[in-house]
Amino acid sequence: MPGITREEVAHLARLARLELKDEELDHFAGQLDDIIGAVAAVSDVADEDVPPTSHPLPLTNVMRPDEVRPSLTPQQALSGAPAQEQQRFKVPQILGEE
Amino acid sequence: MSDLTDVTSLTSMSAARIAAGIAAGEMTAVEVTEAHLARIAAVDEKVHAFLHVDREGALAQARAVDEKRARGEELGPLAGVPLALKDIFTTEGIPTTVGSKILENWIPPYDATVTKRLKDADVVILGKTNMDEFAMGSSTENSAFGPTGNPWDLTRIPGGSGGGSSASLAAFEAPLALGTDTGGSIRQPAAMTATVGVKPTYGGVSRYGMVAFSSSLDQGGPCARTVLDAALLHAVIAGHDPLDSTSIDQPVPDVVAAARQGDVTGLRVGVVKEFRGEGYQAGVMQRFDESVELLRELGAEVVEVSCPSFTKALAAYYLIAPSECSSNLARFDAMRYGLRVGDDGSRGAEEVTALTREAGFGDEVKRRVMLGTYALSSGYYDAYYGSAQKVRTLITRDFGKAFESVDVLISPTTPTTAFPIGERADDPMAMYLADLCTIPSNLAGNAAMSLPCGLAPEDGLPVGLQIIAPAMADDRLYRVGAAIEAALQARWGHPLLEEAPSL
Amino acid sequence: MTVTELASYEDALDAYDPVMGLEVHVELGTRTKMFCGCATGLGADANSQTCPTCLGMPGSLPVVNATGVESAIRIGLALNCDIAEWCRFARKNYFYPDMPKNFQTSQYDEPIAFEGYLDVQLEDGEVFRVGIERAHMEEDTGKSTHIGGATGRIHGASHSLLDYNRAGIPLIEIVTKPIEGAGARAPEVAKAYVAELRELIRALGVSDARMEMGQLRCDVNLSLRPHGRAAFGTRSETKNVNSLRSVERAARFEIQRHAAVLDSGGTILQETRHFHEEDGSTTSGRIKEEAEDYRYFPEPDLVPVAPSREWVEELRAELPELPRLRRNRLREEWGISQHEMQSALNAGAVGLIVATIDAGAPADQARKWWLGELARRANEEGLELADLPITAEQVARLSELVAEGSLNDKLARQTIEGILAGEGTPDEVVEKRGLKVVSDEGALGTAVDEAIAGNAAIADKIRGGKTAAAGALVGAVMKATRGQADAGRVRELILERLAPSE
Ligand SMILES: [Mg+2]
Ligand SMILES: [Zn+2]
Repeated sequence: MPGITREEVAHLARLARLELKDEELDHFAGQLDDIIGAVAAVSDVADEDVPPTSHPLPLTNVMRPDEVRPSLTPQQALSGAPAQEQQRFKVPQILGEE
Repeated sequence: MSDLTDVTSLTSMSAARIAAGIAAGEMTAVEVTEAHLARIAAVDEKVHAFLHVDREGALAQARAVDEKRARGEELGPLAGVPLALKDIFTTEGIPTTVGSKILENWIPPYDATVTKRLKDADVVILGKTNMDEFAMGSSTENSAFGPTGNPWDLTRIPGGSGGGSSASLAAFEAPLALGTDTGGSIRQPAAMTATVGVKPTYGGVSRYGMVAFSSSLDQGGPCARTVLDAALLHAVIAGHDPLDSTSIDQPVPDVVAAARQGDVTGLRVGVVKEFRGEGYQAGVMQRFDESVELLRELGAEVVEVSCPSFTKALAAYYLIAPSECSSNLARFDAMRYGLRVGDDGSRGAEEVTALTREAGFGDEVKRRVMLGTYALSSGYYDAYYGSAQKVRTLITRDFGKAFESVDVLISPTTPTTAFPIGERADDPMAMYLADLCTIPSNLAGNAAMSLPCGLAPEDGLPVGLQIIAPAMADDRLYRVGAAIEAALQARWGHPLLEEAPSL
Repeated sequence: MTVTELASYEDALDAYDPVMGLEVHVELGTRTKMFCGCATGLGADANSQTCPTCLGMPGSLPVVNATGVESAIRIGLALNCDIAEWCRFARKNYFYPDMPKNFQTSQYDEPIAFEGYLDVQLEDGEVFRVGIERAHMEEDTGKSTHIGGATGRIHGASHSLLDYNRAGIPLIEIVTKPIEGAGARAPEVAKAYVAELRELIRALGVSDARMEMGQLRCDVNLSLRPHGRAAFGTRSETKNVNSLRSVERAARFEIQRHAAVLDSGGTILQETRHFHEEDGSTTSGRIKEEAEDYRYFPEPDLVPVAPSREWVEELRAELPELPRLRRNRLREEWGISQHEMQSALNAGAVGLIVATIDAGAPADQARKWWLGELARRANEEGLELADLPITAEQVARLSELVAEGSLNDKLARQTIEGILAGEGTPDEVVEKRGLKVVSDEGALGTAVDEAIAGNAAIADKIRGGKTAAAGALVGAVMKATRGQADAGRVRELILERLAPSE
């Protein structure tokens, strides 16, 4: 498996929305490389005809009837908000797409 | 004050004994609660098991129990018993931090299903216990609010992620605690502190209101000082919850009856061959082998079984858990709750999110979030996440095959005893090995318990014995656990925890 | 704003084949959200229909709405799709503040419905088959309001406010296969497809599918390839085109824009584009530099959906008559042209006309009122026909009043005005406004006599046999009765009274 580069860590950090500092990039690059090297062993079974397990128990069709349950009050909903205005969550300007 | 209600005696009693005493009027719930609050006040500065003590709330709950009794109402089997709640379960009106700066001042507007069931059962919630941030860790050193000490040796780790819960039991700050187990976070701390911890069958205990680390692995469960206490708590918190789609809609096995029965005559016990060898401490294996012998003496049939895929369990776990957590933790974005950093009017939401996550998450969380992001990326998904899910199938098959010939499996809970705080702090791979034996059960979703089986001769620290039962056969854990507990205590002449140094 | 170069439509089609892909999101009309029990009603206070789950609070978990799944299956069946025997939800991971968990719970490689088609009829009656790739379940996002910018738009805003009432409302995303071979009619096909889909959704009763309210939203993907070339060109994705007319215009604009770029030797960027209602243009949105990496994986908090074949067959048996077949049946019953039916469809009037007929009105009358006066009023108010505060029963009563002679057309229009103004039922409005045709012989007779007395010269002409002059007297009577007289009867009375003596 290829080693994890500093640039790859920077890319992952971007995807994961982490504003990593320069020294963290190096630090994590080394550690992630070690970990990925160790866990890559799972790919030994990659071509095996084994179905993947995403849920530990084989449940299906767990659904709820379309019946209204009480919501939180807007005050409760907003109780942890870092900022609010007009009973809405106030957030910094949203850049990028519309 | 009678003997029974003196503080030391109240805090050293089992939960079953306390509940019986309150029901019989030998003591009040308020006395019991005050005794534990006093103990916390006396020792928690050293142990640091709690992140938040809810003194007023606990006393109010205790008073309500005493009033209920005074009115002649029937009390539940744990009414008035104090409990330490891992700070991963939401509690309405009480801070819930998950050991993270990013949620430092968050007060949830709702109770977890487990919290609700504890309240409905009149259990007295003393407060919230310390943990590795977002339950990621095996030592509680990853808490943003400082490590917890192991009451057996305060310079050592109490296990993790639920180190606060296990330490609170071992320090006699609470007779019951609640944990969550994603890769061993209930069982491994139990082993480190000579307490009992159970990871129920996945889906046995509701995850609603349990802050998610890895959704397909997380499972809440009971922590206690005795097998019966764990069973009583298990019965209170388990059972179907329509708010959790992965909750099992079937009756909970009668774990309390199993703990009371405690007989292993004729039971078939499998010793997992793969769980020994390099990396396993000699004293751990010595105590484990003695336990195997003890089971034979108690009338169990012991055989060796092989589960070859277990050797890949750790690798699969460190792909699945980080993948799920990278997605579960995306919600911590500084928009709706929790920490917000850098919102000075000039920065956009995207930048504020990135700055907040940088400031609010610790290293282990960042590592796992990036690892998971990597494993799920296009081009890597099949090799990493996809393969890990295949390994998961193979592990489940190994268990299935083993359980065709045995009723339970046993192994050491951990390869080593508690290590010194700081020893593995910057060596993630070494840290991850602490969960070597516990992880397969999380991947397969079956039930497992750790209970104390002695002290390692070389360091005098507790060793845990792990019992694994098939999914929905949680009662077998209690049956075996109670039998071993009784036999060992008969041999020792007292519970192992009595050998812990006084704080 | 830079002016976009456009090729002429004819030149574009001379050189290229357009290939379209249409992605439609339908907001279901369930009582509760897709994964929690919060109500979905419109117009509620901000953040009053939210809970830990749809706010993405730590510890919260989703549980699937059974009606959401049922609706998805019904839509799939109506689109002639196969229904998955086993499928899962997946997480689509990307950060955006209107999405509380920063992943959308959606479906990825295991949609609940796949491989279907929808036949759409064009204005000339030709039927065009649009292939359906898939229909899958997902959830809507919250609503952001941008504060401080000039026009409430994102650019220049100082901050945004978020209301999560809409977050978690069930969506069905319906994706077509590449639509090829429509040639110059591609924009018409796009419009007809969305119109047909809207009718289908309404016929199923799973959503009101009101485009202007965002209950049905369309993304138009379009590319051009030179005639004879097999490979598709690079596509643009025009987002949120929210009316039938806009769908047609967006497709047309993009055909002309792509052609101009390609003709000048340029390359089309794979990008999202915004559609502008004002002038029918599109402008560049976000350029996809690096392919979006959504890191899909199966949603571990939800278990697989495995609809039993019995259930699917039950739902299939209960499907209503498909709108296109129903329209063709109605068209024959009503005796109208394909074109007229298409106008009724585009106006959203078919169901209303049927309901009016069911309430007792003759077909031609029902059509006349809905497509005439009422369509005009709806247009003026910027409303859909269905939103006018008048019911099919009321329109039927109105046409009854006209048929029995109690109202004439002019009075009927005034009655409609009263009904729309909230003055009551047709009978109440007629009563209150005193609109009834005056057919009472006594009152009419008096009015006629007065008109004759006041216009002696004209009366003489009529007596002299010039009956054509009666018009002037009729006018006088109508004026005197403020239009409430039955003009035919007035004429009869005048001619009776002024008949030349034998
Ligand atoms: Mg979508
Ligand atoms: Zn909700």
